[in-house]
Amino acid sequence: MSGRVRRSGTCAAALALAVLACSGGDARRPGGPTLRWYANPDNGGQARLAARCTAEAGGRWRLEVLPLPSDASQQREQLVRRLAARDVSIDLMSLDLPFVPELAEAGFLRPFTESEGAPLAEGVLRGALASATWRGRLVAAPFTASTQLLWFRRSVAAKAGLPVGERPVTWRELIAAAERTSSTVAVQANRYEGYMVWVTALVASAGGRILENAEAGKHAHAALDGEAGRRAAAVIRSLARSAAADPALSTADEEAARATFQGARGGFMVNWPYVHGAAQAAVAAGSLDRAVLDDLGWARYPRVDDDRASRPPLGGIDLAVGAFSRHGALAVEAVRCLTSRESQRAYMLDARNPAARAAVYDDVEVRRVFPMADLLRRSIDEAGARPQTPYYTDVSAAVVRAFHPPREVDPERTPAAAARLVADVLLDRVLL
Amino acid sequence: MKREHPAALSVGARSAPESKGARERRLGWALTAPAFAVMLGVTAWPMLRAVWLSLHSWRLTDPAGREWSGLRNYQVVLSDPLWWDDVATTTLLTLVTVAVELVLGMAFAIVMHRAVIGRRLVRTAVLVPYGLVTVVAGFAWRYAFALDTGFVNGWLGLGELSWFGARGTALAAIALAEIWKTTPFMSLLLLAGLAQVPEELHEAARLDGAGAVRSFLSVTLPAMRTSLLVAVLFRALDAYRIFDTVFVMTAGAQRTETVSFLAYRQMIGRTALGLGSAVSVLLFLTVMLFAAAFVKVLRLELAPAGGA
Repeated sequence: MSGRVRRSGTCAAALALAVLACSGGDARRPGGPTLRWYANPDNGGQARLAARCTAEAGGRWRLEVLPLPSDASQQREQLVRRLAARDVSIDLMSLDLPFVPELAEAGFLRPFTESEGAPLAEGVLRGALASATWRGRLVAAPFTASTQLLWFRRSVAAKAGLPVGERPVTWRELIAAAERTSSTVAVQANRYEGYMVWVTALVASAGGRILENAEAGKHAHAALDGEAGRRAAAVIRSLARSAAADPALSTADEEAARATFQGARGGFMVNWPYVHGAAQAAVAAGSLDRAVLDDLGWARYPRVDDDRASRPPLGGIDLAVGAFSRHGALAVEAVRCLTSRESQRAYMLDARNPAARAAVYDDVEVRRVFPMADLLRRSIDEAGARPQTPYYTDVSAAVVRAFHPPREVDPERTPAAAARLVADVLLDRVLL
Repeated sequence: MKREHPAALSVGARSAPESKGARERRLGWALTAPAFAVMLGVTAWPMLRAVWLSLHSWRLTDPAGREWSGLRNYQVVLSDPLWWDDVATTTLLTLVTVAVELVLGMAFAIVMHRAVIGRRLVRTAVLVPYGLVTVVAGFAWRYAFALDTGFVNGWLGLGELSWFGARGTALAAIALAEIWKTTPFMSLLLLAGLAQVPEELHEAARLDGAGAVRSFLSVTLPAMRTSLLVAVLFRALDAYRIFDTVFVMTAGAQRTETVSFLAYRQMIGRTALGLGSAVSVLLFLTVMLFAAAFVKVLRLELAPAGGA
């Protein structure tokens, strides 16, 4: 009796703090426990996938999808906060690639054993697999993978006489072509994480890296202050100061770049593959002229150097199992189902997010919806990942702060300043 | 001869009631002890922990990288231009909002005090904004100022003015939302002060030939000085910790970041427990010092009044 009183008292106190705290006890529900999957909001594709895997589980567990905030850094913030409080309700989570090392290093992710990991890693594209690995262990299961392509208006490229699509082109050629045709080269250079994507891809394409020995955590070496960093900065400066720059370059995100590209001065753009589906949807909805879609071309991400292949950006979502979940083994089973080749194929067709497994790109239906499937697969496989460090948020914010606004970037000064700022931020020598 | 304390003397004279008094005091302590312990647990402990955390270089997500850093975090914060920029922004917002709220709040208080018809309706109407959650009020004003959904530009004929696109206009929007939200609080405190001014003073002033303005300046204001100071102190301490409105309306963009927001970003966003705690402790100390200085001034002014 006193035990019951105490328990209801505890429950009441917990209720006052967090309404959901006492809703547990689902383990007694007939048909096994409910696994909670904290997922980034999408078009409902993850929920449909969850329903399918729940059906396949035959009642041993069921998946419930709980939406995270729509902004990637807010997603991270919520997960970190909950996991720091050892939240047992996080069984599965969708993680943006760059945040995997941070959560893994903090012990928030349940690493997969060798036998669990093998089927999850089988046939996964190189960059996607590396991003899910931390200190030699698979800590997350690659689910989607993404990259940016060079999108161009065929008519503008033809008018400029630029053989884009036939051979690799450089940023210098692109800017010159856009200037010749009074069109624009749209990029993401707002003061946000998306600008880091561009900077990273430029540095990687010039043969450099943002960080060396990133696994050293806060003692990692900021390697921006080198030849590659200077050449990357030169590209940013020359675009920002050319007539090919969008007037709103310093606040441009993915959607702003897409609007510029589809507008009257649209010529070239680097952006994620969703823009293709978005253009089709806009035509279907009547908000975009059919001619713009017919004029849309795509090619490999531009080069920085004439003689060096570009390293396109790498994005994507991994699925991880919460370290404090009470149903770890079942959650691994769920991850296996959700990231299976069949699931990734279904999700690629449903949500239009490219898959992490190479074989999916051979599927006939996938190739019909993604005419650029081969280019995507190759770009993801040869992508240059953002620095894999537990301090990614800090590194990214420091680099963006040093490189913004793009007009003020100076090859002799900015990369060195960025490297200094990164080192200071990592060692708590400056506020950010 | 050693002089006994008067209280001790009187206590010695009457032993039975004294022991009863002591018992009651003990009972008093026993009854308040649980509340006292809870208060220590929920306020003193987190504060002490924040002080302890602020002496480390420590990321929540890199427990192995934790290091003792002494007072270095404070040195970093105090020598960083970002801190001083945020202090300036916060001070500016505090000065502007409290000043405007004082004037408006006084006007509302007088209306509430003097209203003859519909007194309850007037009081309710004035207090409604204070009943709203700050985040909700912040969103309401954000949408009001926004370019797509907003009505402010339309009503004022400002065209395509992007309120959140520049520092000055963004701060003005934030200040307006704050003033709208907390003026009722100010007027509530001032209303209590107004009610304490004896009616005879007004009558005497009237007999001496003072008009309404003269009577307000020479009678009402001096008589309610304590209420005025308390209202300003409360609001200033509150205003200096402004967070919600900034978070909702600009998220600190266009250099509208306040000190609380800086602490939030270091602590929650970057999980830099050491630096974040140092910012929080400094914010706490600022508010404490301000309050202490204010109370000291308040007492100095009260002393002669009390003695007379």
